[in-house]
Amino acid sequence: MEPEEHSMEPPATPEEEMPLTAAPGPAGCQLFGYVGIEAVLDQMKVKTMKMGFEFNIMVVGQSGLGKSTMVNTLFKSKVSRKASQPGQEERIPKTVQLQSVTHVIEEKGVKMKLTVTDTPGFGDQINNENCWDPIIKYINEQYERYLREEILITRKRKIPDTRVHGCVYFVMVVPPWGGGHGGHAGVMVVLGRLRPLDLEFMRRLSKIVNVVPVIAKADTLTLEERAEFKQRIQEDLKTHAISVYPQEDFDQDPDDRALNDRIREKIPFAVVGADQEHQVNGKRVLGRKTKWGIIEVENPAHCEFPLLQDLLIRSHLQDLKDITHNVHYESYRVRRLNESNRPELSSPNGLPGKGEGGSDL
Amino acid sequence: EQTNCDLFSVYGFHLGLFTLFRSYSFLQNKNDGYRTLPLSGHVGFGSLPDQLVKKSIKQGFCFNILCIGETGSGKSTLINSLFNTTFDDPVSSHFLPSVKLRAQTYELQEANVLLKLTIVNTVGFGDQINKENSYQPIVDYIDAQFEAYLQEELKIKRSLFSYHDTRIHVCLYFISPTGHSLKTLDLLAMKSLDSKVNIIPIIGKADSISKTELQKFKNKIMSELVSNGVQIYQFPTDDETISKINTIMNGHLPFAVVGSTEEVRIGNKMVRARQYPWGIVQVENENHCDFVKLREMLICTNMEDLREQTHARHYELYRRCRLEEMGFRDIGPENKPVSLQEAYEAKRHEFYLELQRKEEEMRQQFVQRVKEKEAILKEAEQKVHAKFEERMLALQEVKLKLEKKKKVLEDEIAMFVEKKANAEVLQSQPSVSTPLLSLKKDKDRKKYVLMLVIRGSKKKFLHISLL
Repeated sequence: MEPEEHSMEPPATPEEEMPLTAAPGPAGCQLFGYVGIEAVLDQMKVKTMKMGFEFNIMVVGQSGLGKSTMVNTLFKSKVSRKASQPGQEERIPKTVQLQSVTHVIEEKGVKMKLTVTDTPGFGDQINNENCWDPIIKYINEQYERYLREEILITRKRKIPDTRVHGCVYFVMVVPPWGGGHGGHAGVMVVLGRLRPLDLEFMRRLSKIVNVVPVIAKADTLTLEERAEFKQRIQEDLKTHAISVYPQEDFDQDPDDRALNDRIREKIPFAVVGADQEHQVNGKRVLGRKTKWGIIEVENPAHCEFPLLQDLLIRSHLQDLKDITHNVHYESYRVRRLNESNRPELSSPNGLPGKGEGGSDL
Repeated sequence: EQTNCDLFSVYGFHLGLFTLFRSYSFLQNKNDGYRTLPLSGHVGFGSLPDQLVKKSIKQGFCFNILCIGETGSGKSTLINSLFNTTFDDPVSSHFLPSVKLRAQTYELQEANVLLKLTIVNTVGFGDQINKENSYQPIVDYIDAQFEAYLQEELKIKRSLFSYHDTRIHVCLYFISPTGHSLKTLDLLAMKSLDSKVNIIPIIGKADSISKTELQKFKNKIMSELVSNGVQIYQFPTDDETISKINTIMNGHLPFAVVGSTEEVRIGNKMVRARQYPWGIVQVENENHCDFVKLREMLICTNMEDLREQTHARHYELYRRCRLEEMGFRDIGPENKPVSLQEAYEAKRHEFYLELQRKEEEMRQQFVQRVKEKEAILKEAEQKVHAKFEERMLALQEVKLKLEKKKKVLEDEIAMFVEKKANAEVLQSQPSVSTPLLSLKKDKDRKKYVLMLVIRGSKKKFLHISLL
């Protein structure tokens, strides 16, 4: 590193901790020589790489929407086993069961412990009321586990993080020929909009976890239909006040906001999943081979899978984790710790010092 | 020979298998028993550390340094040299009655890294005649910062994300360059601080010691520290990239530094240096002093580790002790893990009862005091009444007496008036010119004399006049 001329910011607003008064610092000091504060970034990188990362993702959607294929394509490895393998019986579970699978993947020296939670049986029953309950229970359980570890007197150096960082919700494409436009009397078809189950689920879950909606098996939509479908979904989300990731409230500065606005325009991503490679123009690409052509999964002109991959992994993975930790976990903690302020415990005077700002002890 | 070779090769083969197995299980252990999946293409999470770094840059870094040393040991100059700027720090006198800590926060920026640097100086350390309480204020200050963080962490609605961390990350302890050994104060201070903060001992104003003396001095200091069980900060040696340099640096402790706020021209550059008649001591010359080593260790190589140690070791220790002090336990009386809920509720209930009891006590005290005051007032009132009665009685008596006297006086006056009247009556009778000439007049004269004589007596007056 070569010594450069840097101008230091003048020492700003000196703060006092103990009673001696301090005079304000001098303005504008010229510095010669290099101090080396930047090196702390490298130190941090080395430390985090040694420690490794954890990432927990949950996929929710009806069976047959391509969830497992999607996850495998996303992480370029056989992370989840597909439900319908040739030779295996296909069983639709009676209730929603959650299955978590953990693997370690490594790229460029970065180790990541990836946990994928699958939800077979979601939305598959005839009566799907409260099918989101097991999922909500699971998410809260992970928060509870973390909270308990954090509250211990002798706690671990690194608390194992099993909290769900992102929930990918697969929205079914309602085929445009499903029964006509608008509402015919007696025929209840929701055309090109979110179904009540989708709305209900996303409404409940976006309060406790980052929800990323995607349009599954989007190769049945033409580009115009896709745009229309997306528009309607965005409207629906706005009408029902469902805030999906990236949430508008958590944009920290104008740069973030600009970047996230561009992403929000494209939510939900229309994706196609494939795990087989085919030969296209002399290159081997991942795609789905059909009689009318090969849909290249990683081609932005064909589907929006690269956008999803960018969002989830390349640019916003840390952000997903941070929002889970700083927002969702904290609000869970507040709810949990306030639970003990039950009215029957307090006398007519009320318990002293309770409330949002006061320290508990 | 044949069999030997075979045995050897078989042995080698087994050894090879064994090491392979060992390394495999080692890998397994590293991954906590999870399968490692091979990737068939580029996923892109290799950029994760960069994402993390980007976020940290936005958030900014906090670094807090505590400088302990006697007045005039070169603390401020060293800090100015370390960060290549002039922090305003007024020179303190030697006559302060007790040790105080002065903290100042500065915002430094280099490239795109924003550093919130807090320098805490001890003022008056080692100046008093009685140095018994020299290091207690320092320990209290460090504990206070931990306490503030703990309170924030225990709040229900907390914002750790944007909390300005004031916990001390490193303590630079300035040893006086006597050349002999550590002072008792140094040993005691470092002993009381070694479990609360990362201590890096430094020999200040090292240009007053020669090279040979310096090495002996350093050895003496280190052996004294070891024999007294003082745990100073060891630069971490577990990471391959920096372990080599850190081990070397660990051997150079304590760093002998020279600081300077003046620049001297050497060749065609202006460098920080101290100019003496016999030569120039250059601050950044590694042959002259260990300043460069200190800067590298403190800032370039180990800043993050210092912060992590403070949080993961010292703060956790403080937190554990404090929570145990408050009565929290992880394991309940039946050796079952106590749930957070129950613990909090139990504590809350306890505190509430305590509060009620205190309130009751205060109420009782208040009532008591009121009663006492009332009694006193009543007594006073009674006394006043009694006095009043007394005075009234006295007044009555005096009044009576006066009345009596008045009556007597009035009687006297009445008698006098009567006598006066009678005398006037007698005088107005035909007057006898020479009562001595006639006998008749003699009788009269006798009567007259008799009357004159008798006039004096009140009681017989009337009686004689009749005569």
